[in-house]
Amino acid sequence: MIPVLLILIPLITGLVTCFLKETGLARTWAMLSALATLAVAVTGIYFYSPAQLSFDAAWLPALGSRFTLSLDGMGKMLVLLTAISYPVIFLATNRNNYPKASSFYALMLLTQAGLMGVFVATDALVFYFFWELALIPVYFLCSIWGGEKRIATTFKFFIYTFIGSLLMLIGILYMYFQTADHSFAWKAFYSTALSGGQQAFLFWLFFIAFGIKMPVFPLHTWQPDAYEQSPTATTMVLSGIMVKMGLFGVVRWLIPFFPEAVHQAGHIVIILAVIGMLYASFIAIRQDDLKRLIAYSSIAHIGLMCAALFVGNNIGMEGVMVQMFNHGINVIGLWIVADAIEQQLGTRKLSELGGLAQKAPALAILLVVLAFANIALPLTNAFVGEFLMFNGLFRYNIWIAAVACISIILAAVYTLNMVQKIFYGEPSTATANATDVSGNIRLALVLVVLLVIFLGVYPQPVIDLTKDTVQAVLAVKP
Amino acid sequence: MNAIIFSALMGVVMMFSGILTQNKSVLKYIAATGLLLLIAANLLNAEAVFSIKVNTHGLISFDRFGLYFNTIAFTATLVYVLLSGSDIGKVGSGLYTADFFALIFFVLCGLSILSSFNGLLMLFLGIEILSIPLYILTGADKRNLKSNEASLKYFLMGSFTTGILLMGIALIYGATGSFAIQAPPIVPSTGMVRASFLEVAGLILLFVSMAFKASAAPFHFWTPDVYDGAPSVFTSFMATIVKAAVFIAFIRLFQGQAVVLGPSWKILVSFVILATLLIGNVTAVFQQSVKRMLAYSSIAQAGFMLFALFSGNDLGKEGILLYTAAYSLATIGIFAVLIKMNDYTLEGFNGLAARQPVLAFVTTVCLMSLAGIPLTAGFFAKYYMLASAVKAGGALWLVVIAIVFAAISVYYYFRVIQAMYFREGEAGTAPISSGFKIMLIIVAALIILTGIWPSLVLSGFYF
Repeated sequence: MIPVLLILIPLITGLVTCFLKETGLARTWAMLSALATLAVAVTGIYFYSPAQLSFDAAWLPALGSRFTLSLDGMGKMLVLLTAISYPVIFLATNRNNYPKASSFYALMLLTQAGLMGVFVATDALVFYFFWELALIPVYFLCSIWGGEKRIATTFKFFIYTFIGSLLMLIGILYMYFQTADHSFAWKAFYSTALSGGQQAFLFWLFFIAFGIKMPVFPLHTWQPDAYEQSPTATTMVLSGIMVKMGLFGVVRWLIPFFPEAVHQAGHIVIILAVIGMLYASFIAIRQDDLKRLIAYSSIAHIGLMCAALFVGNNIGMEGVMVQMFNHGINVIGLWIVADAIEQQLGTRKLSELGGLAQKAPALAILLVVLAFANIALPLTNAFVGEFLMFNGLFRYNIWIAAVACISIILAAVYTLNMVQKIFYGEPSTATANATDVSGNIRLALVLVVLLVIFLGVYPQPVIDLTKDTVQAVLAVKP
Repeated sequence: MNAIIFSALMGVVMMFSGILTQNKSVLKYIAATGLLLLIAANLLNAEAVFSIKVNTHGLISFDRFGLYFNTIAFTATLVYVLLSGSDIGKVGSGLYTADFFALIFFVLCGLSILSSFNGLLMLFLGIEILSIPLYILTGADKRNLKSNEASLKYFLMGSFTTGILLMGIALIYGATGSFAIQAPPIVPSTGMVRASFLEVAGLILLFVSMAFKASAAPFHFWTPDVYDGAPSVFTSFMATIVKAAVFIAFIRLFQGQAVVLGPSWKILVSFVILATLLIGNVTAVFQQSVKRMLAYSSIAQAGFMLFALFSGNDLGKEGILLYTAAYSLATIGIFAVLIKMNDYTLEGFNGLAARQPVLAFVTTVCLMSLAGIPLTAGFFAKYYMLASAVKAGGALWLVVIAIVFAAISVYYYFRVIQAMYFREGEAGTAPISSGFKIMLIIVAALIILTGIWPSLVLSGFYF
């Protein structure tokens, strides 16, 4: 029953939010809903038996699709990430005044319902439904509350991901007709034997969908614009949680089904991902816009995760699991900082900032911790994940690992450059009257930073949580 | 037989009720009641409770598929009459409301024949009974030059195609000596059908004329002009229910006859699908008028419906039923809103969400359904079509291309959503009654319900 609740709470509260006319009420209601989901997620994951974590009901008997949901380790981890992120996001953007706030919060909650559904679905058609359900509210969120170029940008993003989804749909359909009993169940897909040729093209049908969502080079072109133009709360959802849908999809819906194709095409993906890492890092160095910088840095980090997914060893996969969670936390932290700066100073251009450390010491300390996490310094959470992933990559191929490692140096370059330009030097006209962050934003940032340090010192909870998925996925041999 | 007889009778009733009353809303409710009776009569027939027996000597035969299609088409017409019925009275001088309703019933009579014909002669009759009222409806706004032009164009092109149809029937009759549409026997030694050149030529002529009626490329040229020129309220009817009827006839005709063409059948159909998808979608992208865009989009949707013909399996037949329901509901919904708009261009929709949130929301649901976004009926409609093609095998490339076009269609459908929600403007509408809004919400609810649970439409087919 737990997975159903995880979907239903945001779905129903979201629909109710549509009808709340008052901004403050909608805001409080959304926050309460997010906290309720968090409570259900935590109790469900830590106090309930696996049997209670799955659900099965008839849906479309004629098509062979059942409404089955279930939580495995990776699902639990991503559900937790989603459940934790939402209150933090609502907390941090509490001050932002959105026109038609009730619709805004309604769409945010509907997105959460879609995300939860994606992470718990174990029927391909149900998965596809939620995959789209998560996308549609985001389309409206970005197009209504986004920046100047929002309409064109979001449109590009939508069509990009829609093509990907449709290709995946063909893949799902093809798989469906290959299964022995014509079913969409994960198990049925898993136990279907496919020839090498079938695997090869199915691999790409699925991978393009997931690759666009991540996004992995060269399918990433929608991402920087979309992140830049979206309202920050939505950007946090997009980059913190939604990109994980792509990685999740690969682990759940691709690697177990097409082991041979993964083995064959894996190196192409790894090379693309590594190119993307370096490419995005170099572009990030040249960015003047804080949001775009974080966007490109995110592409670089996702690239590493994508590469590590395909190395086919324990360590790399474990690293991805840890990093999926940590990247979500860190990037949301960075967006909170970007939003705080933009809301207060009215600019997010690095060239117009400077000397903020004197004015806002608390913000400076918090951002520096997040920046360290972005470079993956030891004692921050990202170190654990990146270390494991590079280790996995190293075992796969030394040269690829060596090239990929350059991105660490580049990450230090752009991240420290960002810190320097924002906080040091003489205060600019924009920052002359700046004050420190306070209230909700400060609380949200402190929470994020505490998580960063805690998981940096003691990452075992995440590793334990996802152990079963890692073993199950790697047990599949071509 | 119930459907054919009752629809013709209702047509006559409507004509005479025009003498008794000129009150448009009374006429509208007479028509709605007539449709309810028609649905009931057809259901009684489908459940074999009561049906009028007429010995047609095998010219007509009723099967579950055809009767179920009738139910869907009549229900869609009912929704159409309830939504746009009051706008029918506003066409032209407003003196002929009853006659317009009568013509709609005659179209339904033609539709019932098309879903049950068993010989080429009945096919011809069905097509003509269906088409002639449409020529009149197209030109209903007789003081409007565009309407006149469209009507004349439609009539000339339609008559020409009817000529082709007759020629095809004549050739087939000449070759086989029968009007039967059943599959000819397969010769065991070759595994193929022995077909004379005349028969193949006749069949291709039939294919061309049916493709014309279904507005499939490259025989689609009449569609944009006719749909654009006709009064919007009739375009809505023509683009949905009538078009679906043609598809049913198309499938009925070729499910037996396809074997005559052998392997070239699939090549022929896939060429037509490709051309239809290409022309429909690509041209729709460039339209500034929403009405014209919908005309091209109806060509594009026909491309998807053709997949049922291509795959020729049960999944395709179920799919065409679902497609009919989904596509008709969505298009009728959009047209109902479009008729109320002062300005049919995209700019005319700017800012509609702020002024008329219900209209904008329902239009959005309808557009999403046309685009095939999950959670709407249109998704399962497209899903069945693609699934039937994948099941038939050997056409994965065609499915992939169709998908690309589906993504292109998102572009032009979503431009309307963008105009309504994201752009500022003063979208002007005619006064909107709350009854109209409730009806629209019911349409949207039906679309979403079917999108979550397609058995809503299909379960009736199985029981």
